[in-house]
Amino acid sequence: MLNVIKIAFRNLVRYGRRTLLTSSLITLGVVAVLLFIGVSGSFKALMIGQFTDGMLGNLEVHRKGYVASIDNAPLNLNMQPALVKKVEQVLDKTPEIDTYSERLKFGAMFSNFTETTSIRVNGVDPAREAATVPLMPTRLIAGSKAPPLLKPGEILIPALIAQGLKVKVGDNVVLVATNLQGSMNGRTFVVRGVLEGASGPSGRDGYIDINDARSLLRITQPEVNEIAIRLKKPEQLQRVDAQLKRAFAGTVNQQGKPMLEVHTWAELSPFSSVVSMIDLLTVFIKIMLVSIVLISVLNVMIMAVYERIREIGTISAIGTPPRRIMAIFLSEGLLLGIGGAALGTAVSLAVIGALNAHKIVFNFARTQGLVLAPSVGLIDVATIAGLVVVMALLASLQPAWKASRMDPVRALGHV
Amino acid sequence: MSQVRAEKLVKTYRSGEIEVQAVRGVDFTIEPGSLVAFVGPSGSGKTTLLNMIGCLDHPTSGKLTVVDTDVASLDRRAAAEFRGRHMGFIFQDFNLIPVLSAYENIEYPLIMVQDWPEQKRRAQITRLLEAVGMAAQAHKRPDQLSGGQKQRVAVARALATNAKLVLADEPTANLDHDSAYQVLGLMKKMRDELGTTFLFSTHDPKIMDEAEVLFTLEDGRIRAPAAAPTPVAAHA
Repeated sequence: MLNVIKIAFRNLVRYGRRTLLTSSLITLGVVAVLLFIGVSGSFKALMIGQFTDGMLGNLEVHRKGYVASIDNAPLNLNMQPALVKKVEQVLDKTPEIDTYSERLKFGAMFSNFTETTSIRVNGVDPAREAATVPLMPTRLIAGSKAPPLLKPGEILIPALIAQGLKVKVGDNVVLVATNLQGSMNGRTFVVRGVLEGASGPSGRDGYIDINDARSLLRITQPEVNEIAIRLKKPEQLQRVDAQLKRAFAGTVNQQGKPMLEVHTWAELSPFSSVVSMIDLLTVFIKIMLVSIVLISVLNVMIMAVYERIREIGTISAIGTPPRRIMAIFLSEGLLLGIGGAALGTAVSLAVIGALNAHKIVFNFARTQGLVLAPSVGLIDVATIAGLVVVMALLASLQPAWKASRMDPVRALGHV
Repeated sequence: MSQVRAEKLVKTYRSGEIEVQAVRGVDFTIEPGSLVAFVGPSGSGKTTLLNMIGCLDHPTSGKLTVVDTDVASLDRRAAAEFRGRHMGFIFQDFNLIPVLSAYENIEYPLIMVQDWPEQKRRAQITRLLEAVGMAAQAHKRPDQLSGGQKQRVAVARALATNAKLVLADEPTANLDHDSAYQVLGLMKKMRDELGTTFLFSTHDPKIMDEAEVLFTLEDGRIRAPAAAPTPVAAHA
């Protein structure tokens, strides 16, 4: 086999210019794909991080039906203390979970004493919330980013409301809310900070201490309606999601229907469609790579067979078995693929290294100074390299087969 | 026992409606260790006959026995194996593999056709390179060799696997006079040393005089038995 590869290698060297051109095309394709994966992956990870670590957490648990009406933040779908306890027991026993934050969300009227608007309030335990969504302070465009996130009597308000009602840090504002029994209650808060704008319903989210929320709503029990979960490893999302769904499937009401629902951040955020778009683009780029490899290797191998018909006739005449003739041409395609994949990977890793060393900074929405840190995993590199090699081999198959089936008399007489 | 035996051998080519009889029922016998020439004008059937003997082409009818094997019945794969085991080929255009050195060209059938161990291989190639006078050019590629040198390498390649039968189609056609005689001399020498049977085709009268057995072909038939030494019987 080594001799077959040696002959194949020398044949590639013999047609040096063509080999170089084909290898360059494959290299270019591999570089394009790996760079795209690296850069888009970095962008995706940064953006996902902004949503999961700054707002949503990796997963959220609600009462069944809550997410369907999440925009209204209904109080009739709160998790009662006994149910919360059950959820906590499951979460505490799941080693993949880093921490979680219990929230009491509700709709309220926000007033600066002259104007009024609606707000969606999140009552949170500041320490748990800061641990679950650690990037929350980075979303503050005004006010102190130093811990604690909140103190009792303070409120974080969204930029949308701050700008609309011309409210600044330190101002007194009033929240008025209607509780489950229909009675209204109001309370004054001091603005501690202003949060950057966010797309979707989260754009009107404000934050207060959970005890203030219960007091405003006159809830005496430690009820919550949302539990945000932070995972130790975000890549375990799907596994933990399935695990929790299984664990909560047994928690049913008197009618035997499930009482809880678990959602991933992607199911709750409109940004997930952007992520899907990036994944789709990656697939298209991979298809382009496959096409480049297939067409270029097929072209070069068809030419190789056509130009060496007499040579094929000679080696066939002196008794070379057809499978060995096939092996020579397959090896040429294989070497082209391996060479292109290796060179492409080396160039990609060098470029990615250079990008990381250069530290490219960009802004996303109002988040400034995000550092692009492209990286490609071993699995991505192995997948792309493997794909290229397999495609090169497949593209060589037909020309190699043709060469092995060639009639030696005709081949020797070829001019 | 004869090395090659043909009985009523016919080869017909069809191209659409047109039918061409390249070989028209020839009979001949070639004994081992002969230096045989098939001569005749272009289109007389020399190459077709050599192709059939070399298992590169199948007869349309008749019987052809080569090294005690009915080669007409061999399929493509078996024919390749048979060629690799029993035959060597020398071509008009030398047909050396351009990416391999003289040494590696001779080595090629020992690796790709038969699996010889390296030590045995090296000894065989060294012996052949010396026998054909190419030891000093062993590491040169074909494009660095003259026509005569290339054909010497081709002779060595044909003999590398200890072939019983070497077929050469117009082996001197692309050589100057001196080189042509040197190659023929080499073939005789190797025949004497190894007992290999050499069959070659030519239309050069000077070259055909060097053959010990001569078959003259005309319109696909063997014209008449030539004045040739011993072990041949031929009749059209």
